[in-house]
Amino acid sequence: MSEQVQINDLAIIKVENLEHSFGEFKAVDGISFTVKKGEIFSFLGPNGAGKSTAINILITLLAKQKGNASVAGYDVTKDPQKVRESIGIVFQDITLDRDMTVWEILEFHGRLYNMPREERKKRIDELLHLVQLDAKKDERTKNLSGGMKRRLEIARGLMTRPKVLFLDEPTIGLDPQTRMRMWEYIKGVNNEGTTIFLTTHYMDEADQLSDRISIIDQGKIVISGKPWELKNTLGQDLIYMETNDNEAAIRLLKNLPSVRDVKIKTKGFVLMVNDDGTKVLPIVIDTLRNAGIDTSTINLKKPSMDDVFVFYTGKEIRDEPTGKAAFLTMRPGGR
Amino acid sequence: MPMGFTTIYWRDMIRFVRFKTLLVSSLLQPALWLAFFGIAMSSSFDKLMAGIPVPPGMHVVGYLTFMGAGIIAMTTLFTSLFGGIVILFDKNWGLMREILASPMNRNHIIFGIGLSGVTKSFIQAIIIMVFGILIGAAFFAGFSPVDIIVGIVGILAFVGMFALGFLFLSAAIAISMESPEGLQGVTTLLTMPIFFASNALYPTDAFPEFLKILSVYNPMTLLITGIRYFVIGPDFIALGKHYQYTQSDILMSYLGLMVFTALMFVLAWWRFKKAVVT
Repeated sequence: MSEQVQINDLAIIKVENLEHSFGEFKAVDGISFTVKKGEIFSFLGPNGAGKSTAINILITLLAKQKGNASVAGYDVTKDPQKVRESIGIVFQDITLDRDMTVWEILEFHGRLYNMPREERKKRIDELLHLVQLDAKKDERTKNLSGGMKRRLEIARGLMTRPKVLFLDEPTIGLDPQTRMRMWEYIKGVNNEGTTIFLTTHYMDEADQLSDRISIIDQGKIVISGKPWELKNTLGQDLIYMETNDNEAAIRLLKNLPSVRDVKIKTKGFVLMVNDDGTKVLPIVIDTLRNAGIDTSTINLKKPSMDDVFVFYTGKEIRDEPTGKAAFLTMRPGGR
Repeated sequence: MPMGFTTIYWRDMIRFVRFKTLLVSSLLQPALWLAFFGIAMSSSFDKLMAGIPVPPGMHVVGYLTFMGAGIIAMTTLFTSLFGGIVILFDKNWGLMREILASPMNRNHIIFGIGLSGVTKSFIQAIIIMVFGILIGAAFFAGFSPVDIIVGIVGILAFVGMFALGFLFLSAAIAISMESPEGLQGVTTLLTMPIFFASNALYPTDAFPEFLKILSVYNPMTLLITGIRYFVIGPDFIALGKHYQYTQSDILMSYLGLMVFTALMFVLAWWRFKKAVVT
């Protein structure tokens, strides 16, 4: 009994069978998940997957249609005021007044949340220091760089010492170095005890930052877990091969004990293996050679979050180059 | 003590004083109306009226004085109708999501915007009065110092109530609109009938029946009646027409404005309650 209470205590966000439609279009189609106190939880999915709709319901900007959702112990429909008092938000687009100064942006937020004057003053100084904007205190926000604006918004989100900080695509449009620095800030904030709910369509971001990830696609959660758990579902290693008779090769290799699954590609195929790939590879090559099949290309690698994503959603996120192409990418005609 | 509306007010006033060109032009514009339109019109109207005999002992006012009240009202109308535009900017590019996601009651947004608009209108009304007197309008002519103070308070009370009503309307339109162009279009469309179907620039007696009815219930006419009472007096002749206002006329005008403002508040309250900005 007491353990039950404790578990409930730990679930700072609880969502059950949440559904939301815009006209005919089901943006969120019956999702359920919990976020534990103190963790960084990510929604990973392509644009239009339903991430922002879900977040907008949780932050009470969008009225809930179906299902249950509570944040910090308060129902988003019954106690929206309490939810609002408990959270901080960094919106997807920059939401700053170009002509207000850094200090004014934070002061405005503090006043909006009815913080006492002394506390506002103290908190603003603390936060400007945290996000290293002390020197920009009296600068108008239009003169800040993209990364500085984001840092200012994170500081604003933290003004009221929220229990949960919602970050909707926090690093969208930032250069790689700035993104990396943002991750450090986010981790730092999390280390101070703030639970973080993050949405992103960057695989590496979700992988690097999150304690747990839910991959969301077309309004549904396709899989949830810790980053390594998700990657392990694809097996320990991935082996990409091209041979002179792919069909025969696949037929043979499918039956090997360590091969979990085979994905067919345009020119070759990928073996998902349960054991250490370096040990499996010789067996694979021997098997093919004995059957008289010639191998022209071999590549061995660990599954990445990109591979996980492609495997579970059947598509690649294309709009932002991540530097490395997903191993399991399905090319047109390769399905 | 919730201070939500003072926060909105504080922030809107920061913008008001920060945009120097906007600040200067909004203060200069009413003065220019009075200087150019006022002087041009009064020189020809007063010449036309010069031949018309006036009963002895009557208080006759020149056109500049007559239309000065109209210019105060017009400036208040324009400023207030466009006062909600900050809401639209916030909705599209600014702070509206932050504000709507905060625990602050949404009525505070409406009141904050209203209060800052009223402040701007007060400043403009005072500038017009001072400038009008400088260029020869007979404002407060023959008033005792006490009458002048009562007059100024009365004018500001009328201007404030009227401004509040149109700011609420402007806020309601702005929160429902997608683009600044849309807001501009709607407000321009509204300005025309409100301004010209009123007694701002000319008496309404010669209006055709339907226009006359429109002008009687026009908040603009109610405001101008109030301003003329407090700036000229209860009994005067202008453009050859004899104007007489009783205290109950003025009270009714003010009550009319209060009803209008209350209705506009309900409209704004409803639009803000429905507002979804994501």
